[in-house]
Amino acid sequence: MGLEVRQLGFRYGPRQALDDVSFTLAAGQLNALLGPNGAGKSTLYALLTRLFSLQKGEIRLDDVSITHPSSRLKQRLGVVFQQSTLDLDLSVLQNLEYHGALHGLTSQHVNRAATELLERLDLADRRHDSIRSLNGGHRRRVEIARALLHGPSILLLDEATVGLDTAARQSINRLVRELCHEQSLTVLWATHLIEEIDSDDPVLVLHQGRLLADAPAHVICHKQQTRTLAEAFERMTELKESRRCI
Amino acid sequence: MHLAACMIALKGILKREFLRFIHQRTRFLSALVRPLLWLLVFATGFRAALGVSIIPPYQTYITYETYILPGLCCMILLFNGMQSSLSMVYDREMGSMKVLLLSPLPRSWLLFCKLIAIALLSLAQVYAFIGLGFLVDVTPPIMGLLTVLPALVLTALMLGSIGLFLSSRIRQLENFAGVMNFVIFPMFFMSSALYPLWKMRESSEWLYWICNVNPFTHAVELVRFALYTELNLSALLITTGTTAVFMVLALWGFRSEQVARRH
Repeated sequence: MGLEVRQLGFRYGPRQALDDVSFTLAAGQLNALLGPNGAGKSTLYALLTRLFSLQKGEIRLDDVSITHPSSRLKQRLGVVFQQSTLDLDLSVLQNLEYHGALHGLTSQHVNRAATELLERLDLADRRHDSIRSLNGGHRRRVEIARALLHGPSILLLDEATVGLDTAARQSINRLVRELCHEQSLTVLWATHLIEEIDSDDPVLVLHQGRLLADAPAHVICHKQQTRTLAEAFERMTELKESRRCI
Repeated sequence: MHLAACMIALKGILKREFLRFIHQRTRFLSALVRPLLWLLVFATGFRAALGVSIIPPYQTYITYETYILPGLCCMILLFNGMQSSLSMVYDREMGSMKVLLLSPLPRSWLLFCKLIAIALLSLAQVYAFIGLGFLVDVTPPIMGLLTVLPALVLTALMLGSIGLFLSSRIRQLENFAGVMNFVIFPMFFMSSALYPLWKMRESSEWLYWICNVNPFTHAVELVRFALYTELNLSALLITTGTTAVFMVLALWGFRSEQVARRH
């Protein structure tokens, strides 16, 4: 049960962005999606969020195929994109209210959920502050609060910690793990920052549109006979070889 | 439940557009300054040169300022509609468009809400402008202020739809500036907003025909007649038809893949 992807394929004209990608997200866990730039991570996210229409393959939610309309999937998904999507002119609360309205949530529901989430994310005292006045780490927290406002069971994070300092990155990482644990949230976390992944985390390795691995990090290390996931990843994607060529 | 969710979304989008408008107060002022300049400076200068004979819906000779008032009201709607659409291009470039696209509610409804929000904000500016017109003795009938409302709403929806369609086809904000020059100015100047079409015909037959097929001309005439408590049926039909066509085109342009792939 949960989110399952079967034989997903996608082309941009002649270029194959995703080729026969299949996986099932481990429910209630942080699933890491690892891949270098151009691996197809953003295309995969665009397909999962239905910003792109499916060309080939299938996405199943709770063992039911998601075809048009995709409203059921969208109700279950919370998304944080790599690029900030907050409205800078509005306050923290106003951004949350707007998101709630787009999901048809009543103001009472939004207020209750926003209060809980902002307290949980240490943003309660910033609720009336403009987004412009927040630093990068706080903005990311607001985006996470917004993504969780409508009570999704699956959270998609697309390189959500890019551009943040180490402390902010660690804080968000810790927070997401706590949410997984406390709320049985299923998370797909696309990243190229390998230090964000724990050895027990299920990891998907995507490279040139193909899924190279789908296993816990320590299992991938064992199979690749490497000490760290970074080494395993490098071996799999042959970055070492390409660097030598350069 | 679904209807209730749609109404909540409408309220949320209206609130968001209103808040953004409040944050951009200069937009309100510039929206008024532009037509006021036309009314106070341009019209004064051209009053003597451009005599306006008795043409419907006017019952008597009118001043040039009186003639251009409906055109300037539509000018506000035109600029505001396009500027709001420009904000959609900005939203897409900045990524905040995704927030809208990820809503589980029907996209056609969300875009319609956006159009309503654009129209309502534009109406506030139009009525403020008409109010200022009273200060300089440009006084349409009081009842006309009420009868013109549906015409203004329809015109705002038409121009908003055209703007949304254009913004759905534009990849970058920079390109939009070019389209503004190729769409807004020709649309405004090649219409009956500033001069009656018979006057245009005296000077150039082909320009007259271009003005005649310009939907903005018919929107201006719809507003002009409605402001004098009359209905111009052909203008109503053309404006309604144009609104419907561009709404469909805008919805088509904002299909998920179309928008998302422009990133």
